[in-house]
Amino acid sequence: MAAVVGQQLAGELAPVPPRVRTGAIRRFPYWRWIILVIAGLYFALPLYAGFRFAGISSFPSVASQEGFSAAFTLSLRLAAITTVLTLVLMVPTVIWVHLRLPKVRRIMETITILPIVIPPVVLILGVLEVSPAQLKASANLLALLYVVLAMPFAYRALDAGLRALDLKTLVEASNSLGGGMGTTLWRIILPNLRTALLSATVLTVALVLGEFTMASLDQYQTFPVWIVAFDQTSGPISVAASLAALIVTWIVLMLISMIGGRGGRGGRGAGATLFSVARREPPGGS
Amino acid sequence: MTTNADAGAAAATTAAAPAAAPAVAAGGGAPVSLTHLSRHFGAVRALDGLTVDVAPGELVALLGPSGCGKTTALRILAGFETADSGTVTVDGKEISHVPASRRDMGMVFQSYSLFPNMSALDNVGFGLRLRKKSSTERKRRAGELLDMVGLARQAGQFPHQLSGGQQQRVALARALAIEPRVLLLDEPLSALDAKVRLQLREQIRSLQQRLGTTTLFVTHDQEEALSMSDRVGVMKDGKLEQIATPSELYAEPATAFVAEFVGTMSRIPGRLDGTGDQVSAVGQTVPVIGGAADALAGDVDVLVRPEGLNITAGPNGNGIVADRTFLGSTTRISVLLDGDHMVKVDQPSTVAAGLPPGTSVQISLPGTAVLVSERR
Repeated sequence: MAAVVGQQLAGELAPVPPRVRTGAIRRFPYWRWIILVIAGLYFALPLYAGFRFAGISSFPSVASQEGFSAAFTLSLRLAAITTVLTLVLMVPTVIWVHLRLPKVRRIMETITILPIVIPPVVLILGVLEVSPAQLKASANLLALLYVVLAMPFAYRALDAGLRALDLKTLVEASNSLGGGMGTTLWRIILPNLRTALLSATVLTVALVLGEFTMASLDQYQTFPVWIVAFDQTSGPISVAASLAALIVTWIVLMLISMIGGRGGRGGRGAGATLFSVARREPPGGS
Repeated sequence: MTTNADAGAAAATTAAAPAAAPAVAAGGGAPVSLTHLSRHFGAVRALDGLTVDVAPGELVALLGPSGCGKTTALRILAGFETADSGTVTVDGKEISHVPASRRDMGMVFQSYSLFPNMSALDNVGFGLRLRKKSSTERKRRAGELLDMVGLARQAGQFPHQLSGGQQQRVALARALAIEPRVLLLDEPLSALDAKVRLQLREQIRSLQQRLGTTTLFVTHDQEEALSMSDRVGVMKDGKLEQIATPSELYAEPATAFVAEFVGTMSRIPGRLDGTGDQVSAVGQTVPVIGGAADALAGDVDVLVRPEGLNITAGPNGNGIVADRTFLGSTTRISVLLDGDHMVKVDQPSTVAAGLPPGTSVQISLPGTAVLVSERR
């Protein structure tokens, strides 16, 4: 009987395919093109100037310069530690706030903006004043500080991803089927936050690879500190190193956008990144 | 054009048959008892000593306006909320402190709640996976359930590729996959359009009867409640006003609230006698159902269904026909009673045709006992 009813229902209307955006370019007003070109030039001209100054021949020799490997390795190590710490701290926190303490979200937004408002120089000088000597002697102190610096970016990436999900209902649906919190987190929430997690990771890595003030004041030669120091020796190679770092970061960001944009398996939450506007579609009818 | 109230009345009539002779294949469901449940949210009292017993294989709807506590009751049964006091018993076992993940209850939510990262097949198989079923067994059973809800061809599709109705049917299949002895439905149809809603409610009822799963269904739509349920519990302010079969609820409402919430009521000015057992209105004196409440005295309103009032044309009547609404086989006649009260009377359309606006009519009460409510 139910099967018969089911078969009768099988003919229900399938979802309407997205509208083909024909003539989108034609409808794009000319003044928008002008703004786009001006904005593009604003970003592209300094890069072009950098390329001209460095010259193509400088790029291959960057890796062989003295101190490069040590600085780059240190930066990568700090990036890895920072990313792991940031995700381990932020993911459960943001999920918990969304799930159990939604009223705290506003406070969280305010708190997580503080590292942007407070200058890094203030932060590092304060920490160096009070931190134990053992910790001060280790470059890992920088990683702890970078976690604070990365917090605004990681929080917003994760927050955007979670806002695109109906988190409470998904968790309850999983619970009703027998899923505990661990299973729900591993099988439901994290797969749907894939792109948000990637965004948080890339932003954190990019931040660590580019951070200069704290590393310099803590007297560690990270990659940015090396670039500035090496600038005294060879300006073109120093600029080539900066540009190479920028290009690598861009490529990673593009890859993430592509993964998120494909969104195939993901549906709503998976495609959400720091750069996407969180939206919740109203429950549809048909 | 029919109103919700009319549809509710019609649904009550159609639901009378299964209520009188339940076709539920008992055996698959467990008895459920909610006993003296109370729950406060700050100063708001969501549940106030709610007690409901659901028999094995029975489908009971909790019906009521927003904020009456029906969803809170369902969520306490599901394990998503904890009651301040009272007990939840399933199959004779007290489960008030058992976590939601160990209650083995299937639940369908209003907002579909499919896992976006899983195909329809994987969604249905999720509960089976947690129960350590083999991949082959999982796929076979999930496939059967999708076939049962008419979505075998959509097994590989992801939620965002399915329509709302399809998503809700996958959610139903997912809830049933774990073979729950209790199924909870939290307004599962309210996000769907009218046509799909009608189809899905028939399918839910058909599956529930076939599987014999004890089902608690929360809705604010009286038509859904009356047409799908064995019994309907009407809630107000965290309390159960009345629980009865749909036909009983419509024909013999226990309180004025139930009478007016389920279907349409006409209010006729009346006056209670000193004992509160009799009320006089439109020149008649009739008994009051269960006697009037202590708070009521003197001027009251008499509540009568539009089809329960008698109307006859004649000079010097107590009312004048103001308007008529054609509803098909019946017509709803609006009568201006004693110059200042509008009452509605349902008559066969053939009779109503002879009562055009402006006709002087005599309105009279049925001879049976009536409900009374405070004067509006």
